Amino acid sequence: MAKIEWPAADRTALIGGRITRIDGLEKSVGEAKYTYDINLDNQLVAVGLGCPHGHCKILALDAAPAQKVRGVVHVELLKKPDDEIQWEGELLAVVAAESEGAAREGVARLREALKFEELDVWVDDEDLEGAQGAKRTNKAGDRVKLEKEPGDDDDEDEFVEQEIERLFKESKHVVEGYYGIDAITHCCLEPHGSTVEWNGDKLNAYLSTQNVSGTDEGFAGGLGITADDVTVTCKYIGGGFGSKFAPDYWAIEAAKIAKKTGRPVQLMLDRDQELKLGGNRPSGYLKVKIGADADGVVQVWDSQHWGTSGPQGGGVSQSVVPYVYQPKNHRVVATGIRTNTAPARAWRAPNHPQACAMSQTAYDDLARKMGVDSLEIFKKNLANIASRQTAKVYADEMDIAARLIDWKAKWHPHGKGEAKGSVVEGLGMAIHEWGGVANDSAAIVRIHPDGGVSTFCGTQELGTGTRTCCAIVTAETLGLKVDDINVNIGVSTYPISGASGGSTTIGAISESHRRAATEALNQLCAKVAPKLEASADELEAVDGRIQVIGKPDHSVTWKEACTMLGMKPLEASASHKRGNATPLSSEGVGGVQMAHVAVDKETGVVKVKKFVVVQDMGLIINRLTAESQCYGAAIMGIAYALFEQRLMDPATGRFINAELSEYKLPRIGDIGEIVIELYEPEDQRSRGVIGLGEPPVISPGAAISNAVCNALGVRVPVLPITPERVVAAMQAQA
Amino acid sequence: MREVKDRPPASGFSRRDFLKGSSAVAAASLAAQEALGQEKAQAGSQVVSGWTEITLDVNGQKQKVKVEPRTTLLEVLRRQLDLTGAKPVSLDDSTGASTVLVDDRPIEASTTLAVAVVDKKIRTVESFGGPHPDPVCSAFVEYDAQQCGFCTPGFVVAVRAFLDKNPNATEEQIRQGLNGNLCRCGTYAQVIQAALDVVNSNQQ
Repeated sequence: MAKIEWPAADRTALIGGRITRIDGLEKSVGEAKYTYDINLDNQLVAVGLGCPHGHCKILALDAAPAQKVRGVVHVELLKKPDDEIQWEGELLAVVAAESEGAAREGVARLREALKFEELDVWVDDEDLEGAQGAKRTNKAGDRVKLEKEPGDDDDEDEFVEQEIERLFKESKHVVEGYYGIDAITHCCLEPHGSTVEWNGDKLNAYLSTQNVSGTDEGFAGGLGITADDVTVTCKYIGGGFGSKFAPDYWAIEAAKIAKKTGRPVQLMLDRDQELKLGGNRPSGYLKVKIGADADGVVQVWDSQHWGTSGPQGGGVSQSVVPYVYQPKNHRVVATGIRTNTAPARAWRAPNHPQACAMSQTAYDDLARKMGVDSLEIFKKNLANIASRQTAKVYADEMDIAARLIDWKAKWHPHGKGEAKGSVVEGLGMAIHEWGGVANDSAAIVRIHPDGGVSTFCGTQELGTGTRTCCAIVTAETLGLKVDDINVNIGVSTYPISGASGGSTTIGAISESHRRAATEALNQLCAKVAPKLEASADELEAVDGRIQVIGKPDHSVTWKEACTMLGMKPLEASASHKRGNATPLSSEGVGGVQMAHVAVDKETGVVKVKKFVVVQDMGLIINRLTAESQCYGAAIMGIAYALFEQRLMDPATGRFINAELSEYKLPRIGDIGEIVIELYEPEDQRSRGVIGLGEPPVISPGAAISNAVCNALGVRVPVLPITPERVVAAMQAQA
Repeated sequence: MREVKDRPPASGFSRRDFLKGSSAVAAASLAAQEALGQEKAQAGSQVVSGWTEITLDVNGQKQKVKVEPRTTLLEVLRRQLDLTGAKPVSLDDSTGASTVLVDDRPIEASTTLAVAVVDKKIRTVESFGGPHPDPVCSAFVEYDAQQCGFCTPGFVVAVRAFLDKNPNATEEQIRQGLNGNLCRCGTYAQVIQAALDVVNSNQQ
């Protein structure tokens, strides 16, 4: 019997290769159908009315003006007089119509008739004192760890205070700093939404979701039916990034309207609604004092940080501050600020990018203050890390990254580089860690007597190449080609597979497909064994044949083997439970990134010249799409490091740049040269598959901030590093 | 999938309908208003109001569709012709996701009125497919210049139009010339590689 394990590196036909996507052409010629592309017979277009103020009480909301609009079929009011709205954009009503024009006209009529009372608004998440004065703060958590323990008679708080003071006194180098990172939005290009139809009492929901197997219950609960009456389909999704795990109330409303009108309904958020409601990442601002010994090894960290996750406060978790580097003595205090902004959602590597940007900048400022090479400080401090990857791997990865960016030749002390006109250049780096455990996943592999192979799994193609990886793992196991596998994913009636969040999908589907395909192969081999005069466990599937191990001349073709199944297809299913010990997958990765930037001191414009990503991820299934994850993460990192920020109007609580002309994201001309190095020595490969989606998006903020600081000799404290902020930091220095 | 005949109310409108249509335009999206401005500048004296049937030349086929003055080309393509390659990403013409070719020039279908492109040749990304896909599409697959893929059709059309105009484009020109298209997943690096590959194949 074939065992549940991966083939050795020199025995793979597909795994680890550069395999183009099996759905690539569908996407590039526009045939891939997303939720937004579903056109059902007699379908209505629905558009929502968003609340125009950050905090208000509804006084009048009347459906009649919209109902009079020609082409409007149904108006659903979601709120009523006296309801209090806590953030701008919250949907107050939905208009369903025969055309987009009619729906929008209906919404415009509702808006004209809407009356509301403005209530007090708080949207400033950087002004901690102001928020305290406005009673908008709450304790979000704290954490203290000291090498020395208090004596039995010591007052604990007093002891901590005195001990930290003592540690700073003993420190050879002390640095104080302020760092921050503004709230950003997920900005999925396909907005959140659904296209829904009823078939009697059964709901067919096309939902833009990264949780195909887990959203039927959300619909059912909101509609008073049971989950078995709901089928969720998402064959393609136009971006999720952690924001599309649930149907959301607007998908439930779409289903209600479809029920009431007896017609299919499509309700997708408008662009501004997508930015306002569809998900945002908490902001973080941090004041810190660190003390290091003569070598530059940090001995004590004392910080307080704050920020917002929306009306509940929240902010960046104290659990990952300071980030990766964790001195033996540290005190971290976190405060949440309650703002009139929509609740935050998981954004690729929740908490980590902000924590990295707020803490590894301080380590770079230590190097700046000491006048030594940042790389040296980052290496020395590997002595004290809290990570799921080892210091040895980080050290290796640092050497590789340094070589790729030519660190030795290009690094100069902070602010001491040669200026070309008004342009100065600099280097910066950062490191990160992530888990990437395999999620729950079940799959079915079916082998037909004619040789056809199909797989079924309730996972989803988030853009990471999951569909292709299902085919790679199955084909590798059965000795076939990728195109031989008919992959079926994206429907909730398929075997349950976990949500795509936290870099858990590649491990999940690799587990389920490898296991199910191995089981199917074993069954097939049992049928073929007599013909080859061997036992089933002496057979292997290689290159389109079933053969006696190592003997191609004792073989049958795949097709011939399948005819031995008789009339019925063979079906095998298997599943993996998250957390189970397994030779196929594990968790815990690191990664090192380095940035080379050019900064124009006159205009404040920062350009990334080169960006190096060195990333480990255990065993690589598809090198091509793994690299794409790293490219994409680097570019999303450049986005939040230099461009994007949510800008709120303090008077009205309005998100004033909630359109893509104003919400700045990098374009193709803004990214510079990006170099990806996947780190996969045998001691990493043998750990099995580990998720890759989150880790490479964590370091860019700190790496770019450090590079800008290296160029200017001045810290631009808060991301994104806009030209305005560069100029302000330079002026503050002068 | 839905047929055109299932769509909007029959035409045959009155002066009142026209006025309604006009006020609707005034209330319509910024996109439609901007597009109307373009349309006014080009269309001369023709008056269109309410729902009317027009014929569009899409991917070499004459298609009868029903539109209002405010109806965008994108809505017609997507909802009446089921050509959903061009995507509605933004109302303000800022992302390139709805790029189609009109008389070989790339335009944003989201801010172009359907009535403004009567008698023009419209090419959508779907025409790039078939048994012999456009080399740009193949290069996007080869270099993995796509992730979620929602921006991809618009990008493909933009790259095609750009390379038709600049068949010997350098990497620097590609980086400068394709800034009208936005990708959130971060596929730009591979888009550059794909475009360069198409240039190199042309030169061989």
